[in-house]
Parts: sequence; structure tokens; C-alpha cells
Amino acid sequence: MSTVTGVSAADQTPGPDGRRPLQADHASTGRVGDRLFGGAATVSGVFVIVLVTLIAIFLIVQAVPALMDNSANFFTSRVWAPGGEQPAFGILEFLWTTVTASAIAMLLSVPVGVAVALFLTQYAPTWMRRPAASLVDLLAAVPSIVYGLWGLIAFAPVFKPVQSFIEDKLGWFPLFAPTGISGGTICFIGVVLAIMVLPIVTALSREVFDQTPTAHKEGALALGATQWEMIRTSVLPFGRPGVISASMLALGRALGETIAVTFLVSALADGNPWSWSLFNGGETFASKIANNASEFSNPNKTGAYIAAGLVLFVLTFVVNSIARVVIERRKAFTE
Amino acid sequence: MAKRIDVSDLNVYYGGFKAVEGVSMTVEPRSVTAFIGPSGCGKSTFLRTLNRMHEVIPGGRVEGKVMLDDQDLYAASMDPVTVRRTVGMVFQRPNPFPTMSIYDNVAAGLRLNGVKNKKTLDGIVEQSLKGANLWTEVKDRLSKPGAGLSGGQQQRLCIARAIAVQPQVLLMDEPCSALDPISTLAIEDLINELKNDFTIVIVTHNMQQAARVSDRTAFFNLKATGEPGRLVEVDDTTRIFNNPTEQATEDYISGRFG
Repeated sequence: MSTVTGVSAADQTPGPDGRRPLQADHASTGRVGDRLFGGAATVSGVFVIVLVTLIAIFLIVQAVPALMDNSANFFTSRVWAPGGEQPAFGILEFLWTTVTASAIAMLLSVPVGVAVALFLTQYAPTWMRRPAASLVDLLAAVPSIVYGLWGLIAFAPVFKPVQSFIEDKLGWFPLFAPTGISGGTICFIGVVLAIMVLPIVTALSREVFDQTPTAHKEGALALGATQWEMIRTSVLPFGRPGVISASMLALGRALGETIAVTFLVSALADGNPWSWSLFNGGETFASKIANNASEFSNPNKTGAYIAAGLVLFVLTFVVNSIARVVIERRKAFTE
Repeated sequence: MAKRIDVSDLNVYYGGFKAVEGVSMTVEPRSVTAFIGPSGCGKSTFLRTLNRMHEVIPGGRVEGKVMLDDQDLYAASMDPVTVRRTVGMVFQRPNPFPTMSIYDNVAAGLRLNGVKNKKTLDGIVEQSLKGANLWTEVKDRLSKPGAGLSGGQQQRLCIARAIAVQPQVLLMDEPCSALDPISTLAIEDLINELKNDFTIVIVTHNMQQAARVSDRTAFFNLKATGEPGRLVEVDDTTRIFNNPTEQATEDYISGRFG
């Protein structure tokens, strides 16, 4: 009913002289400027769609021959031996590492990021809000190699005793079982990723929380809401789609993060027994591909890596689609 | 259920700026009191001090005393949250919670008070919507978003939300200024019914409205731009509109102002 959906009553109104209702925006007049700009915008739009399609086609075309020759199950095998006479490769381990590390990153960064954003918009003294917000924006722009360096040199020694402590107390639980690996464990990677994406979640959440209409906030306060109740009834619901978008952006970054992860992971030796433990090592999709870029010697071998990349591509796509659905479902309630 | 408001010598500030000066007045229970006056004279600001919404604005503070029967609203031991649960408010623009259904909007205040029982909630929601003359229009779509209603319906939804928590006093800050004449009439009828149960204070820019709905009228004015607003006089509505004591009131209501 308003501009949020981009639909207005004018779209259904028949044009003059009994012409059909306007299909698109017919505000353009047919003058040179209008035609030029309209044409340029259309070309750009089509270009983006074509580009994404071409990337997908490229990935599929390159991956399919390698997948045809694969003698192992691509999804359930943990072997990675592409190339040679009998190529055998599966992504199970990368999928597990990538997804769990990103899940840990989300689990840690979203609640903390939202809390920091709430503090900056609702609780912090006014003089502090602007500088603090700029600082968070600045952190969001720090290159990931810096996080990798920091993780390796400064954070790893701090994390080690924490890991030992958890292994010691909760080691009976499969997720926390000791594996003898310390350093680049899945859990450690997840925590570094969490710290890396935290500024993204915070910056975007802060932005939406800040835009909560005063009318909504005062509506809650006038009902006798405490500050926290006011946040729960007006700020959080208003910011929800924004927080979801922020989380998805952060998740996309965590899933695909390459350099920091490549820097930190402990690759597992071939034939390593399967473990559910978060304290196991393991490569993610991105780090595996990056670590082996020098091996792209023949098309079949390259194809195996591209197939892995394709899975990452689809994974990101699925995550984003889920987020869209979640936001769309409540759309009627957000106007 | 309705209480008397007693204001004595109230000054209202925004930071260092004195917005309203020296207001003393009494608002009788179960009556409608209208605040009229030119824009910027501080009538909305003063209204917001009656449920301590004024201090939500950074730098907002008051000096003086506001008594609700025998409770001092600005006593050190008084929690503003308690005050706002006792003194409800309806705003200029309808502001139902956009993410909530019609039902949840009305139940919001009760839920804040810890009412969880579904039966109790159902009962009070129905009773409040009936009290706001909205029940018949929305009873079949209680789970639909409140923001989907028309402006007038939204404002009545906000009134239902405010009366659901059984306040002693209901403050209305230009509740009809964003509405068409039909919706305005509906709200005015409603105010007439609500005054049987609540003490009502309404700010309005529409003098006919003040004459129609209120028992008593308070005229606010300011000497010049930058000066604090003052209460010029408060009296029975008929007297204010027919035979005011102050020349300024006479000038304002007869349109000979400024």
C-alpha cells in the first residue's frame, strides 16, 4: 500500500484514451535524455543477470567432466585425490568444516553484534555514539589478512588454555572431544571469523536500530514500558529484517573467507579418522582451493576444485534465499 | 478509576531553555479538559509532563509539582514507568506497533504488566476494542496487522491500546489532527463516552473541537518567540468561549490573534 512494495494504485489505473493499465513506470517522455538513461539502466540490469548466469555456467561446465570421472561419492566421501588415473574426491570434510566454523561465528557474533548495536543506539551517552559508530565502521573495513595475522600471533596463545579447559571439563561430549590438535581447530577458526564479522553485524544493525521511528518508541514508553521492554516491543521488531540481512552478509563473508582461514587452518592428514569434535582440524572450501591453486595442472584436477567452489556458490545462494523467505513472510507486518 | 490532577508552579525545560513557565491548574476526575493555544506555546510539552514522557527527550526536565490525587508524580521515589502505566497517552499520529497484529497491539500493555492468561487477555482485548468503538470493525481480523487499518481506525486502535491497561488518566496530543472529519467525529464521540471512566486531557488546534468535547478549557500563549509559554487562563469551556476573563483569550478564540 505504500512505496515499500513499489506498487501503487496508479499502476492499476487505465491510461488515457482507454489504454491498458500501465505495465511499468511510464513516467518517461520519450525525450533523448529519458531514452538514453532508460537504455543505460536496462543494459546494466541485463548485464548483471547475464554475468551471474555466465559464472554459474562456467562453474558447471568446468566441474561436470571432473565429476563424471570421479570414482568416489562427491558428497559423502572424505577422500581428496583428484587427478591421476582414478580420481576420487568428496567434499564432506570441507562442507563440515565450513558450515560448523561459520555456524560458530554466527552464534557468537550475532548476539554480541546486536547487543553492541543496541548499546550504541539506546544506552550509550550521546557524546559517545558518533565516535563509537565510526570506530565500528572502521573495524568493518579492516582487511581479513590482518585478522589472520592477529589470530595466529596474538589470539592463538590466548585461546589454547580455553580449549584445554573445555576439553578437560566437557571432553566426554562428542563436539568437545580432545583430538590432540591445537591451533587452527574448527572452533578457533570460528571464533576468529566471529571477531572478523562482528563489526559488520554491529554496523548494519546499529544503522537500522537508529532509524526506529520515535513514534514507535514513545508508543511503547507511554504504555509504561521500561527501556528494555521498549526495545523489545519497538526497536527489535523494527530492526529485525535489517539484522537478518546483516547476519546473512556476515555469514556470506564467513563462509567464503579465504585468506584468514588459509592462514590459520590445520590441514588434516589423509586417512584421518572422522571426528565430530570442534577441536579437530580441517580445511574449508575456500582454504582448500586457495592452498592448492598451484595444482591446477590438468582440467580434471582443476574441475574437482571448481566443483567444490560450485558447492560454496550454491551454499551461499541457499543461505540468502532462506533469509529472503524469512523477511518476506513477515512483510505484511513491517509497513 | 479516575483521579484528579493538581499542578502547582510547574516550569518545563529543554536543557537550558525554559519552554513553559509557572503553570498551576487542577484537572477534575471524569471530565474532559482541552488545551488550546498557538503552535509553540508549550501545550504539548506541558501535556507530556503529566505522564513524565517529557523526560524521554534528552535534556528534558521539570521544576514544580504534579499531584495525582495524593501521589507526587515527580517524587524521588516515583518510577516514571509506574507513572506512565497510570497515565496513558494517545499521540498525534496513530502509532500502532507495525510488527504486531491488532490483537497484539491491544494486548501489548497488558503483556508488559505480566498478564499471560489467554482468557483474561481475550476478555480485556475485546472490552477495550469495544470501549474504543472499534470491535465490530475488526473482530474478524484480529490477527491481521494493525498498520493495515485506516488512519481513523488506527487511532482508535491506539486508544484501545491505551485504555486496555486501565489508566487513571488519558492524555491525548492532537489525536485528530491527522484524521478526516468522519474519523474525527468518531473519536470525539468516543471521548464523550470515555469521560465516564477516565480523566481526559486533550490538546487540540481545533477550537470547535475543544468547544464540542471539553468541559473545561485551558488557553496557553507565549509573549514572544523565544519566551516560555504560559497558562493564560483555565475555566469552564462555555465561559472561555463566550465570556473569557483575559483579553488575549478573547482575541485568540475570536480569530483576532497576533
